[in-house]
Amino acid sequence: MSETGNQSMLRTRGLRKEYGKEASLVRAVDCVDLDVPAGETLAVMGPSGCGKSTLLHMLGGLDRPSSGEIWLAGERIDRMSERGMAALRRDAVGFVFQAFHLMDELTAVENVELPALLAGRSPRAARRRATALLEQVGLADRARHLPSQLSGGQRQRVAIARALANSPLIVLADEPTGNLDSEATLDVLQLLDSLHQAGQTVVIVTHDSRIAATADRLISMRDGAFVDDTRLTGGTVGNLGALAGLDG
Amino acid sequence: MQQEVVLALLAKEPSHGYQLRARLRDALGPLGDAMNDGQIYVTLARLEKAGQVAVERAAGMPDRPDRKMYALTAAGQHRVSEWLAEVSWPRPDLAEFHLKLLAAAAAHLADPIAIVDAQRRELLRRLRDAQRAAMAEPRESEAALLLEGIVLRLQADLRWLEACERTWTKRKANSRGER
Repeated sequence: MSETGNQSMLRTRGLRKEYGKEASLVRAVDCVDLDVPAGETLAVMGPSGCGKSTLLHMLGGLDRPSSGEIWLAGERIDRMSERGMAALRRDAVGFVFQAFHLMDELTAVENVELPALLAGRSPRAARRRATALLEQVGLADRARHLPSQLSGGQRQRVAIARALANSPLIVLADEPTGNLDSEATLDVLQLLDSLHQAGQTVVIVTHDSRIAATADRLISMRDGAFVDDTRLTGGTVGNLGALAGLDG
Repeated sequence: MQQEVVLALLAKEPSHGYQLRARLRDALGPLGDAMNDGQIYVTLARLEKAGQVAVERAAGMPDRPDRKMYALTAAGQHRVSEWLAEVSWPRPDLAEFHLKLLAAAAAHLADPIAIVDAQRRELLRRLRDAQRAAMAEPRESEAALLLEGIVLRLQADLRWLEACERTWTKRKANSRGER
């Protein structure tokens, strides 16, 4: 039950992260109010150093704010104990990183089932879930491969499957296509789109405009603050042919 | 429809109009949706008048209302070769936008960064449309490559907008510092 009485999956109020002090004080994130409704895909864009990664880390409980509040599904998470935060990261949040962060010595399916095992699922249930997820990301035939035997795009798909292992409330992605070529990017975009279709709430920080363009909503960030908030859906669906130089 | 394109579609072999239409549809995928089917016949008639296309009546296909068979003449052949050798490329129209930003800032008419933001929103919407179409297209389709071209050009434009934003943000900060 939501204590804040609204429907946001994710909500922040006056969120701040500061480093240093006095003259050398840096406000990495400066008084951010954010509401992400359930099922929305939100992209946060901005130049490097604008604070978007710091923001994402706080949203997922990887980092604590200097001040302000974070609510996930109606529960306040910024004041949780270390143990509570660890459980939150494991069960409620699915992370996808630019550098994949897979365990090199584990196969694809072992990587994907790991979060479920850590959450106390039975090995059999964890394996079943992992196998289904690998199938969902189109890698059923790569289940027993090590990350080193997979392409970059395949590794990122494994990482996305792993992020979903415990059916998280929210998926947080930090430059998920930063290391990928154009075709692998399209695979990841397709996958993110299918998550969206399935009603998953997703927040992506990126400076890849292709990723941003798949989102429902785009926030631009500069110097730690939001400067623009745009809904990309329901806009001007123009004539595609005109974009390629075809006249009507 | 550009005349050279229609001529080039005939270069492989003499064809019926509906065959040309089908080839165009394959090549363009969803981008051809807005295409007017009649256009190709209008263009073929013009090319016939210009002596670049010859028309034969095909016999023995009574079930087809479209029995005209179109073929390239020598002049048509020649025009296709010239077209293939020609190096043309549409020029991007960036100067207008650049001048708009300068004018807005110089006369304090509008915030150049807000103009950049508005432009970015529009391009992202277009990118979204193109990308959705690209994702819906089978990988090996002819149109997928064309859609990739659209996506890449929009990305390039968006990168330029980022550069505009950086520059104008710096200028704004500097002018604040001077005051």
